[in-house]
Amino acid sequence: MQLYLPIADLPVNVFLVLAMGAAVGFVSGMFGIGGGFLMTPLLIFIGITPAVAVASVASHIAASSFSGAITYWRRRAIDPALAAVLLSGGVTGTALGVWTFTQLRALGQLDLMIALSYVILLTTVGSLMFSEGLRALMRTRRGTVPPRRTHNWIHGLPLKMRFKRSKIYLSVIPVVIVGIVIGFIGAVMGIGGGFILVPIMIYLLRVPTSTVIGTSMILTLVTMLFATMLHAVTNHLVDAVLALILMVGGVTGAQFGARAGQRIRGEQLRLLLGILILSVGIRFAVELVIRPEDLFTIRELGVTG
Amino acid sequence: MMRALIAALLVLLLGTSARAERLIVSVSNHRVTVTPNYSGEELVLFGSVERDASTPADRTAYDLVVTVIGPRADMVTRRKERTFGIWINTDYRQFLQVPSYLALFANRPFDQITSAEIARRQQIGLNNVLLMQRVGGDYADVVPNDVFRSAFIRLRTQRGLYREDASAVTFLTPTLFRTGIPLPAEVPIGTYEVEIKLFANGAFIGKTETAFEIVKVGFEQFVATSARQNGLIYGLATAAMALMTGWMASIVFRKD
Repeated sequence: MQLYLPIADLPVNVFLVLAMGAAVGFVSGMFGIGGGFLMTPLLIFIGITPAVAVASVASHIAASSFSGAITYWRRRAIDPALAAVLLSGGVTGTALGVWTFTQLRALGQLDLMIALSYVILLTTVGSLMFSEGLRALMRTRRGTVPPRRTHNWIHGLPLKMRFKRSKIYLSVIPVVIVGIVIGFIGAVMGIGGGFILVPIMIYLLRVPTSTVIGTSMILTLVTMLFATMLHAVTNHLVDAVLALILMVGGVTGAQFGARAGQRIRGEQLRLLLGILILSVGIRFAVELVIRPEDLFTIRELGVTG
Repeated sequence: MMRALIAALLVLLLGTSARAERLIVSVSNHRVTVTPNYSGEELVLFGSVERDASTPADRTAYDLVVTVIGPRADMVTRRKERTFGIWINTDYRQFLQVPSYLALFANRPFDQITSAEIARRQQIGLNNVLLMQRVGGDYADVVPNDVFRSAFIRLRTQRGLYREDASAVTFLTPTLFRTGIPLPAEVPIGTYEVEIKLFANGAFIGKTETAFEIVKVGFEQFVATSARQNGLIYGLATAAMALMTGWMASIVFRKD
């Protein structure tokens, strides 16, 4: 069934987009991530312009993180104080990100920047996760306990605050900075940032695993809602029809993914996620290096008359 | 002043009435509606060449060139170049108020219809249509083989938005003709001008104009307009929709 996407300005097959949403949702449910870093490239692949893809995926991630956040809220697995501090940085970062997005688009370098940031971010995070997962897997094989450090330099920073539900005593400075960074890259790249945020919170901020996913989902939810709003107001690029199809597919797929994820061990899961992220990054890198099929592109600057 | 105006009008009127042929045309549909499942359509243009007493008796064979011009827009063509091993948009040209849709149809090859000089003056053929560019501070159309111009035409042609067909016009009788105007799925909305130019023995002898309109209807048009005109409300609605979907999912799939 063909459906015309009003903002993307192109007809797509509803079932194809629905299936893409479900597939990405399955992966995101399995790994407990938003899945934006997979969804945006897939949309670009079927011919939607990177700008529309980034803007529309924001609302799709908002939907999936909201359904996740509700579940975690019921289980009291969200730290409201930590979420609030993260958000103060996240909202600033998102506003900066949307502003940068608009500037790059005017310069004609948006597509390049999206591709470049995907390459850098995904290959880095992917290889880190892959090697970490590999090491963890070897450790469990050998049966050794991982070395555990309780404090690092971050815990020496001033402006400390007590986060009761997470049972940590931590400076707000790194938390706000993490919020800004995640908000910024989320708005520019059309990703929720959960796959970076969760490791940062666990390894750098030492947030306990009981509250980390729920709290990161709150950050994703609010920054993505805010990004949707800003993209809609400044660039008029959010395709609501596309977003709705993705959401329906995504939230459904996520439920099955979550069930499948429970059957796989943590280290294997991280290893798989690392491979997945790395391969998306490499795909973008290849695209940048090989000669494009057509060296010329056209962009309309608005129809008159 | 007034007298000069009347004189000019008279000359114009006499000029037209002195023409030996009159073109009468009509399109099959003056208002094309694009619905969400629109996948392209073809309009039909019918017409006839009306001869009168002043028509030279030896003038029997006519040639026609039909030009369809869609709503005009500014467009940017960018060229990628290899920089530091990766392909980056480097150079660009801005095309000013160029047709978003452009079709040129004729009953036989353009160069057989008329001379190169007349073809250029009457903008017959994609190579002769005026496409204004801004090159630095200057406004000009460039030579037809300019790389940006030809890339622009090639890309528009690939999308079915620019086309040239020298056999699309068929004469049913020596004076009665028809041609199809294909409109692809991603056809721009707006007013389309149709110019029909009549040639005989290589000479341009007259033209007439008609128009049709392409409008989008239904839900998706409503979405597109509200996105552009009420960005804030649109954004809020999309955000609310995201929250609703997420909430619904958590209810439907609630495990406890």
